[in-house]
Amino acid sequence: MSAASLSTGRRRGVWRGRIFVGLLLLSMAVGFLALGTLCVDVLQKGLAYFDSVLLTNGPSSDPDIAGARPAILATLYLGVLLILFTVPIGVGTAIYLEEYADRHRWPNRLLELNIQNLAAVPSIVYGILGLAFLVRGLGLGRVLLAGALILTLLVLPTVIIAAREAIRAVPSSIREGAYALGATQWQVVSRQVLPAAIPGIATGSILALARAIGETAPLILIGALTFISFNPTVMGPFTALPVQIYNWTKLPDEKFKALAAAAIIVLLIMVLLLNAGAIWLRNRYQKRW
Amino acid sequence: MTIIESPVQVAQQRERELPPPEQREVVFDVSGLTVRYGDNPALKDVSLEVYRNFVTAFIGPSGCGKSTFIRCFNRMNDLIPSAAVEGTILYHGEDLYAPAVDAVEVRKRIGMVFQKPNPFPKSIHANVAFGPRVLGMTDDLDGRVERALQQAALWDEVKDRLDESALSLSGGQQQRLCIARCLAVEPDVLLMDEPASALDPISTTRIEDLMHELKREYTIVIVTHNMQQAARIADMTAFFSVQIEDGRRSGILVEYDATPTIFTKPADKRTEDYVTGRFG
Amino acid sequence: MIKGALFGCALVSVATTVGIVIALFLPAFEFFQEVSFLDYITGTEWAPLFLQASFGVIPLIVGTISVTIWASLIAIPLGLGSAIFLSEYARPRVRATLKPALELLAGVPTVVYGYFALTWVTPHLKDLGLGVGVFNALSAGLVMGVMIIPTVASLSEDAMSAVPRDLRYGAYALGSSKLQVSTRIVVPAAVSGIVAAFVLGISRAIGETMIVLLAAGQQPTLSFDPRQAVETMSAFIAATGAGDVPTGSTEYKTIFAVGATLFVMTLILNFFSIRLVRKYREVYE
Repeated sequence: MSAASLSTGRRRGVWRGRIFVGLLLLSMAVGFLALGTLCVDVLQKGLAYFDSVLLTNGPSSDPDIAGARPAILATLYLGVLLILFTVPIGVGTAIYLEEYADRHRWPNRLLELNIQNLAAVPSIVYGILGLAFLVRGLGLGRVLLAGALILTLLVLPTVIIAAREAIRAVPSSIREGAYALGATQWQVVSRQVLPAAIPGIATGSILALARAIGETAPLILIGALTFISFNPTVMGPFTALPVQIYNWTKLPDEKFKALAAAAIIVLLIMVLLLNAGAIWLRNRYQKRW
Repeated sequence: MTIIESPVQVAQQRERELPPPEQREVVFDVSGLTVRYGDNPALKDVSLEVYRNFVTAFIGPSGCGKSTFIRCFNRMNDLIPSAAVEGTILYHGEDLYAPAVDAVEVRKRIGMVFQKPNPFPKSIHANVAFGPRVLGMTDDLDGRVERALQQAALWDEVKDRLDESALSLSGGQQQRLCIARCLAVEPDVLLMDEPASALDPISTTRIEDLMHELKREYTIVIVTHNMQQAARIADMTAFFSVQIEDGRRSGILVEYDATPTIFTKPADKRTEDYVTGRFG
Repeated sequence: MIKGALFGCALVSVATTVGIVIALFLPAFEFFQEVSFLDYITGTEWAPLFLQASFGVIPLIVGTISVTIWASLIAIPLGLGSAIFLSEYARPRVRATLKPALELLAGVPTVVYGYFALTWVTPHLKDLGLGVGVFNALSAGLVMGVMIIPTVASLSEDAMSAVPRDLRYGAYALGSSKLQVSTRIVVPAAVSGIVAAFVLGISRAIGETMIVLLAAGQQPTLSFDPRQAVETMSAFIAATGAGDVPTGSTEYKTIFAVGATLFVMTLILNFFSIRLVRKYREVYE
């Protein structure tokens, strides 16, 4: 049994192992390489047009004086409205599911399943929903508010899921302590659970916002228009930054493609800032129970 | 008549015929072994010899480094990034931790059974065949599986359902399956880290009987917190304890001797306190 | 009372689903009064706006599947590979940095990916001599694949992390190498979660709009040749819905018929994915 030495110098196994790790690293690298190439390409094409003209002017058929101001403003308005709508409803739903609902009753389980499913519905279907009900059904028309409402419905499942996790992470000992002092359920929730869950909720909401401002398909369907030269209002026609990018990219003139790249830079900066903010928030306030 | 026998009584009742020291073959020669996790010395300066075809037990209170120690024998501590091993363990004269040593070869010769049975979520046959397959011992696979299951006293119970999931077995059966899994690669040594602590008394007895059988062919090292068990089955017993130095707890070897000696005439007072139940 | 208000919030999500179902299936139902369902589902010519309109949806489905195939060929192996690396090989600190970094890929707006596919990938594919058209399924599929990698990787990695450490230790103690432990123990044990990840990735690919709208074209082609332009279901919906098709016309209702088809397809896939995730969660948690 002990005749052979322990140092066998297994060659074959070692090389196979190394090749495997190499392949795995390659898998990870491809995505990042693609992202890097994308960024470099966009910067190369768009930097020339990334200037104050882009930010202050409205669209024009002349690429040299065209800008994305109305689109940028509309995206900002959409973002604000989105947060105003999504957070109360999303957090309310999360509180209901986590604190008030009996998990074993089937209506509540159906509710959970419904939310999980909605999170995976393609965004264009939300656009169809908006088209049918808001624009033509409710007669709101192709207005900014409709866009905000549809985006709200789109990201609501994500916010609900994030809020639920944040609420769930609050240890039950905090709740029990408060109940033991005679607090009502709502007092426990509003004064103990929610404040503790706020960082998680905020992080989830910001990430949802970052996703929403990049959404294009639903807005196209509900009629974000091609050529808006005036500043948007809540009840007026609108376009949004991603839609503007789409419209410019479609044009055959290479200069408009460059302009689109510049607008992409703006959009990516917004998305990056939001993501960075969310991550910072998460790290800063991450409580270890 | 006492219903629960003390380990001392159990040890007294056994007739031990250990081969005299000259006839004992050394399988493991441990000297000055210290294991640290980061800065903490979990185990300090342990030296002992493990003999062939003996059952050697490590006993002691929790936190004294017994599991850490047994994991050194098959280099499982390699898998813990913060673990550092100092000192030497010689396996049949070869340094286990020499740079050129292949950990896979070590684990082929020195198998391990864990506290909680951990069968793979595969069929019974696939579980036992796993070791031979990964080590390239694929000739007569079915034969190997059968022999291993026979040695683990499980063959009769499962021979008609080798394709069923291993998770359908009871706890005791699963543990014997894990033993069969180890035996299938034809090891030299079997390490057992509290193999019966998660099992009911009847399964425990079966595992202990199995160890009596297995030690004829293999060398067995077992960690146990159950003193009666050590008194029942071990030939040599090592008693570990905790030492507090500079505010740090580390495990040390207190005494190592033939089992009857440890339980009836221990040399160290700490050992005596432990085996008579005064502490731990 | 408060409970009622909170329940009201929860009802919003119910209302959304009900709304989607009504918005899709009511007009779709009307559509199928005018166009035979059999013609729709088996017809191979999609030309709803022609004078001699034909409403066979198969070209759209073929276009969708064609792009999805390429996306899956990228996302599934690379996603799984990334997941195995993160779960089995990466040290905790490396993993803590790389996992969110991978999520960045999913955070890039799809219109940006579409731009990239059209203005960088397609010209480079042309340079490679592949003979792709200005609009082609391959560019869109490849870029979409990259976008979906985090979806596949994240869910697969969750499934693999849920496999108990004991199983790995048992395999190591028998003399397995890391490669063997990863591929023979962990991946098989996590397989239902991994398949769920694949299914979810495919579902995302099917529903994705902007990348195909910009890079794959709007020509319903009954071909799996990736070098040609195709039209996917989602691209058709977007293009038609944004246009000036008169409300209530048959052409207008095609939006909803195709939308309903798309919705049903993703619903089935999502349902499978959720079931599979539940299956592995039961086993290990």
